[in-house]
Amino acid sequence: MSEMLGTEIAHAAGFIANETPRIVTARFDYEDSFTLERYEITGGYQALRKALQQAPEDVHKEVTNATLLGRGGAGFPAGVKWGFCPPGVWPRYLVVNGDESEPGTYKDRLLMELDPHQLIEGCLIACYAVGLSQCFLYVRGEMAVAQERIARALNDAYEAGYIGRNILGSHFSVDIVLHWGAGAYVVGEETALIESLEGNRGMPRLKPPYFPASIGLYGQPTIVNNVETLSNLPWIIDNGADAFTNIGTETSPGTRMVAVSGHVKRPGVYEIVNGTTTFRDLLYGQDMCGGIRDDNQLKAFVPGGGSAPWFTPDQLDLPFEASQVGPQGSMLGSGAIMVMDETTDIPAAALTLTKFYAHESCGKCVPCREGGTWLEQILRRVVDGRGSRRDLDLLIEVGETICPGDFPHAAVPSKGIEAKPFPYKMTTICFVGPSAFAPIHSALTLFREEFEAKVAGNDDRVLIEVPVNV
Amino acid sequence: MSFFSDENTRLAEEIIKRYPKARSAMIPLLHLAQEQEGWVTEAAMAEIAELVGTSSAEVLGTCSFYEMFKREPVGKYLINICTTMSCALMGAADLMQHAEKALGVKSGGTTEDGMFTLEGAECQAACTEAPCLQVNYRHRYRVTADEFDAMLAELSTPDPGVPEHGVLSQIRQHIPEKNTVGALPPEEVNAPPVWLNTEEDQS
Repeated sequence: MSEMLGTEIAHAAGFIANETPRIVTARFDYEDSFTLERYEITGGYQALRKALQQAPEDVHKEVTNATLLGRGGAGFPAGVKWGFCPPGVWPRYLVVNGDESEPGTYKDRLLMELDPHQLIEGCLIACYAVGLSQCFLYVRGEMAVAQERIARALNDAYEAGYIGRNILGSHFSVDIVLHWGAGAYVVGEETALIESLEGNRGMPRLKPPYFPASIGLYGQPTIVNNVETLSNLPWIIDNGADAFTNIGTETSPGTRMVAVSGHVKRPGVYEIVNGTTTFRDLLYGQDMCGGIRDDNQLKAFVPGGGSAPWFTPDQLDLPFEASQVGPQGSMLGSGAIMVMDETTDIPAAALTLTKFYAHESCGKCVPCREGGTWLEQILRRVVDGRGSRRDLDLLIEVGETICPGDFPHAAVPSKGIEAKPFPYKMTTICFVGPSAFAPIHSALTLFREEFEAKVAGNDDRVLIEVPVNV
Repeated sequence: MSFFSDENTRLAEEIIKRYPKARSAMIPLLHLAQEQEGWVTEAAMAEIAELVGTSSAEVLGTCSFYEMFKREPVGKYLINICTTMSCALMGAADLMQHAEKALGVKSGGTTEDGMFTLEGAECQAACTEAPCLQVNYRHRYRVTADEFDAMLAELSTPDPGVPEHGVLSQIRQHIPEKNTVGALPPEEVNAPPVWLNTEEDQS
């Protein structure tokens, strides 16, 4: 029997367990966590049965009461988002955003590879609650193993009667279609995701409407939810909204998955208590990252994925609570923390992000398409020691064409610099353009001396170079 | 002469039926074409256009937006080394340098024997396991120079356990005819789904 149940392993690749309550990673300890057998003997599909006993609007209400914040980046409450579907417009669709590709973000892939049935059950609960008649599960193209695990899980769940016509003998019927992406970061933006799903180039749609809940796939009301968000639903329905809100804080309840990478002793994916856990707990806690590698000093960290303005040791005591992180100049985003120790070349580190966003610009908005490319070119020559002092101002000038006005940044008490709150204004449809500027703005604001050292002694003329790698 | 094999033509039709609009099958069919040939040929795009009811220019438009679709042949094994921040902080540049030397090609190049194509890639969602790479979109974690060489040797054996470029998931979704709901075009659906109606009837 024990063989059939699989063997327990310490942790999956990248995942590190700690004492935190485990809502979405509870099955990660099992080697066969991705199978229907394991899912069923660990309480799987009980939440679906329970939901089917209730009226759809009561299930919706439960999710709204749980204040389940979207885990994709924007942090918008899922239950409220569901409520944006205009009444009387049918059909409505569910699109699952499994196109995880924000730099530093590594959690949805684990959830898809290690517990695909949990995600599928979450999709079914959402479809039942909001009256969504078809579900498209969009998995990032570069994730072959996740695609395999989900395909197998879907096939097994169809066979077992959890998906399809008259699910578990009820009136509830829905198909879930697995769909792969093909390599484009911008498709993580929900309207670009919909364009891609319609067979088009994955370019974000003009806003308003701000939410595809009003006009989405094929012009119909469409809910786009992140993988981790949906993976929370079985637990919430099983245990109730109250149990969920008893964990974490009132405004940021439950747990959330975070990936810590870079210069820490134990880089890994952790499930942490939302709202109360601080960056210091995460980076220095002995049950978490255990401190900076080689006991070096922490220099800076990106708190919420490559798009987020940077923090320094001065912000370590902030908790994972958007209402506190925002005024301090950044965002929690997709739960990705990238850590830089004292040995880091800050301008070069910023370049690894700026070149990412310049590369991933879809080309629809001019400030991003042109500005992102120029930001990369100018920063590259500064990093290579070919830049001038004027280049440092030029970087800000180009950035301000993408994000006019104050750009958010952290406080630097030692230099008398006060924080500028999140968010920023932008001249682009989506956040790719601003994200090319964010690392440059943070690095220049917090570590200007490192940039000045790179251009010291150079001519003050600005060398105009026509970019060739567009 | 059709581009898709008989088996893939059948699969293409099955895939198209899953979507309320055929055009949504464009990316899945481009993947299927790449799986069959290792890259996306013009003949493939022309046939996909017919299958989803659009022009081949439209298919090229979609195809050329996405980096995974190769419009010229690549190596049997596509090696993508991540170069974004977390991997860069943990030595991705050194790994890339080593890879270029070991393979004798620059990033973007293919070895003369057609075995390997080397590319610098963006974040692969394995940031805690840096530096990482993918071989035909299968991850390798915390790769050292020695491990890279060992990987090349392993991939040069007849059956290294990694499918050839073009093959993504080796498990296909199959929606059984007997319990599929089916996909109607949205304009043919004007009423709420039946389980919502049922609830309203009861209340």
